[in-house]
Amino acid sequence: MPDLLQQLLNGLSQGSIYALIAVGYTMIYGIIQLINFAHGDVIMVGAYVALGCALKGLGFIPSLAVAMLTCAILGVLIERVAYRRVRPVSRLAALTSAIGVSLFLEYIMMYFLGADLRTYPAGFFPERTYSLWGITINNKDLLVLGTTLVLVLILQYVIYRTRTGKAMRAVSFDGQASQLMGINVNSTVAITFFISSAMAAAAGLLYGIYFNSVQPLMGLMPGLKAFIAAVLGGIGSVPGAMLGGILLGMTEALVAGFGGSMYRDAVAFIILILVLLIRPTGLLGKGVQEKV
Amino acid sequence: MDNLKKYLSTIIICLVLATFFVAVQWGISSGFISGYWVTNLYLVGINIILAASLNLINGFTGEFSLGHAGFMAVGAYSSAVITANLGLPFPLAVIVGMLAAALTGLLVGLPTLRLRGDYLAIATLGFGEIVRVVLMNIDYVGGASGLMGIPALVNWPIIFFSVVLSLLLIRNFICSSHGRACLSVRENDLAAQMMGVNITYYRVLAFVIGAALAGLAGVLYAHYYTILQPREFSFMLTFDVLVMVMVGGLGSLTGSVVGAVIITIASAFLQAIPELRMVIYAVLLILSAIFRPQGLLGEKEVTLNNLQKLGGVFNGTVGSKQAH
Amino acid sequence: MKKWVKVAALLVVVLALGLAAGCGGNAQKSAEGDTIKVGVNFELSGDVATYGTSCKNGILLAFEEINANGGVLGKKIEPLVQDNKSQNREARNIAERFVSEGVVAVLGPAVSGAVQTEEPVLTAAKIPVLAPAATAPEVTYDEKTKKVKDFIFRVCIIDPDQSQVMANYIYDVLGLKNGAIMVDKNNDYSVGLGETFKEYFTKKGGKIVAEEGFVSTDTAFKPQLTSIYSKKPDFIYVPAYYNQVGLIIKQAREMGIDLPIMGADGWDSPKLVELAGADNLNNCYFTNHYSVEDPSDLIQNFIKAYEKKYNTTPDAFAALGYDTAYLLAKAIEQAGSAEPEKIQQALENIEDFEGVTGKLSYDEKHNPIKEVSIIKLENGKQKLIKKMQPKH
Repeated sequence: MPDLLQQLLNGLSQGSIYALIAVGYTMIYGIIQLINFAHGDVIMVGAYVALGCALKGLGFIPSLAVAMLTCAILGVLIERVAYRRVRPVSRLAALTSAIGVSLFLEYIMMYFLGADLRTYPAGFFPERTYSLWGITINNKDLLVLGTTLVLVLILQYVIYRTRTGKAMRAVSFDGQASQLMGINVNSTVAITFFISSAMAAAAGLLYGIYFNSVQPLMGLMPGLKAFIAAVLGGIGSVPGAMLGGILLGMTEALVAGFGGSMYRDAVAFIILILVLLIRPTGLLGKGVQEKV
Repeated sequence: MDNLKKYLSTIIICLVLATFFVAVQWGISSGFISGYWVTNLYLVGINIILAASLNLINGFTGEFSLGHAGFMAVGAYSSAVITANLGLPFPLAVIVGMLAAALTGLLVGLPTLRLRGDYLAIATLGFGEIVRVVLMNIDYVGGASGLMGIPALVNWPIIFFSVVLSLLLIRNFICSSHGRACLSVRENDLAAQMMGVNITYYRVLAFVIGAALAGLAGVLYAHYYTILQPREFSFMLTFDVLVMVMVGGLGSLTGSVVGAVIITIASAFLQAIPELRMVIYAVLLILSAIFRPQGLLGEKEVTLNNLQKLGGVFNGTVGSKQAH
Repeated sequence: MKKWVKVAALLVVVLALGLAAGCGGNAQKSAEGDTIKVGVNFELSGDVATYGTSCKNGILLAFEEINANGGVLGKKIEPLVQDNKSQNREARNIAERFVSEGVVAVLGPAVSGAVQTEEPVLTAAKIPVLAPAATAPEVTYDEKTKKVKDFIFRVCIIDPDQSQVMANYIYDVLGLKNGAIMVDKNNDYSVGLGETFKEYFTKKGGKIVAEEGFVSTDTAFKPQLTSIYSKKPDFIYVPAYYNQVGLIIKQAREMGIDLPIMGADGWDSPKLVELAGADNLNNCYFTNHYSVEDPSDLIQNFIKAYEKKYNTTPDAFAALGYDTAYLLAKAIEQAGSAEPEKIQQALENIEDFEGVTGKLSYDEKHNPIKEVSIIKLENGKQKLIKKMQPKH
């Protein structure tokens, strides 16, 4: 029994990181129907920026702030340069461009910083371990869970209680109609990229601290997993992304903990295919008819 | 007159092809072409098959598959089992490799091809990863250390005729009524459906043919390099092929050929700067998506007619008719 | 009908262009010069770039020293360095290129799979290959046909030697009887070590109570560790590369698992301490080809020269690379000629070659007979515990 609880806890921490990444995916897909392949790599850039700050002697919170701001700007830039012109042309062209951006970020980092694993300096985040009823909890687990919860709550507020959020919802519902209603679609999309990339940077730092490693290809797998989490939760829904992330994290921990560690990644992709076939709208998503 | 010209150009092409084939064969047997360039020549051939078959799926039916490395792995491994583990003849291996890849394509395609293009991309990407994980766990094919002792059976005639026949197959498919149906699915799937085109059937059909040809590329790969390791069939392989297709032009068969040649040769020359090579590929991909979503050649084909226009070789009929 | 003809036309043109470019390559073939050309084919980028780079650094240092001392047979050695991107097919392409450039021997690549892929090309051209770090037994010996691959020589000990020594040490010296194994299933090196360790350890009477796997891209190991810990082993054997081992050890210690953790030469990197944390590495052991703590002059001089040239402590791969280069030089000298086939003959007869990684002679399967060092980590520092001779 403590084993099972421990496994669920392992999954919860991993899942919260997925959730934080998935939120970004879901927002972008919700608004422009693009799988932002490069989202995972924005995480990587965030982790590197925070690492740079940490090596310069900045503390945890300032490093987080710098990383989030840098990535937010990077996100807007990516949208402006690589997506804006392609979006109206075709979704597949946009997806191709996104794959290109993803590889560009990975290998430009590798070119300048090398493929080596890097670690945060000792003491950047002081670690503690607690033991309760046979379960060990690290303060990193608490940090990851807490940050994800707080950021998602803030995001919910922004989307449902502010004018910007209203605009975002309107654009995602019908871009052309909202343009006719006087909403600046392009800047709304830019704001969406700004927010989601900032979240990605936070996820990057958390990921880097949680696993104590930063490298150019670190965003690839978590990015794909987070996309699966977003689909599982219902693409376009922020609480759905949170739920999907945590469910996926727990499933993976259980699979890996009970003998199937080799098939951890395969299980995630099988979940994706099953969800798309059985319930394409995901757990919390709303059904949308294809427009003619 | 038109008819005569048609036959004339067929004959010219056949002659040129035959000359090329014989010239290379002579070059190899006399040692005029060094081993290094023979390897690159074979690699160009394998890549042409990969790019053309991925183009059949992505360019002609408007799907977006990222599972090519997976199909190639299925073809490579199943054919290697036939020759290396069971000691059966090579032609059987080719058939088994292509059939296995086609069957996998069918299994993957039936459920996933009802998804829209971008979901399909992630689903097929996942499929490719699953193939790798499964191969790693099968001891019969060597697991992570790989399958060794595959007989080296690939030579220039086999590569040459595989490429020519593959291109012929794809071309004939596209120009058939099936191919036209696929194009209609790409242009507007809803409208195609209204017109009574069974869109899932055509998507699956094109997907299966593409998978089978990727399998053929795998067969050639296995029997040239004589050792297979699951880690060779990672997403990066699919990515390279995607770059070839995009550079050459989505929906242009000759474009795929050009793309495969350019990228393979470029990659041999960029050996010294591997990270930059990937950066260059990435930039190529982004630029081709932004400025020429239709690629270098777009949907145009390089044809004798077009070449004539360029060079004005035959006088008179210049520009009279397009290829379609 | 018309169109395919045109397609084919293009094919021809393009292939012809490729061919034209190809013939250009041939022209590079140079006549017998006043240097000895040696191919250096390593993983300088891609997923195992760190091993390849270390090997290459060791080799280039050695050649520099050899050339500074007058070269071999009065000629300078000219290393031709190529990057195979950690891809087997590239390794083979490079081998083909080396053949056309007329090298007398090829050094590398680092990992077993890549060496096996290039082997047919170089065997056909009768050019000897010296693999510094290819530890898989099949590299030099074909189990199916029971044939030795005549032109392949390795400088490192083979995998089963390492796992055998570690199994003996754990069972006999540390007195631990129940083990758990955790291997990287993506990696033939790791899987091979895990399998042979299990064989040796159970043969001695020990028990393996848990076996877990992971894949190279994994970062979360707590699920597997939780499962291993619940089976109550006395130690965990993790024969994988340092980048995963670092995370595994760190996560294990975070979970309060203070069992001894053991591994093999893939651990040897300064990064391990960075990743796992110095404190967490206490009570960890691994087998290696040599130890930087070894006081012998040969080793200490090598370390000094390496540190001076590259500003970093050499790892085992660098040491193996260094030995590989000197071994080649010695073989050329013994052969009295830089002809590939004579070098191969000389390598067959090498006896008691004194290298940084130990004294080397070849057995009939072209495997070196060498001692294995057991190293313990104490506060992030390596400490040489013992050198043991594996039984064949």
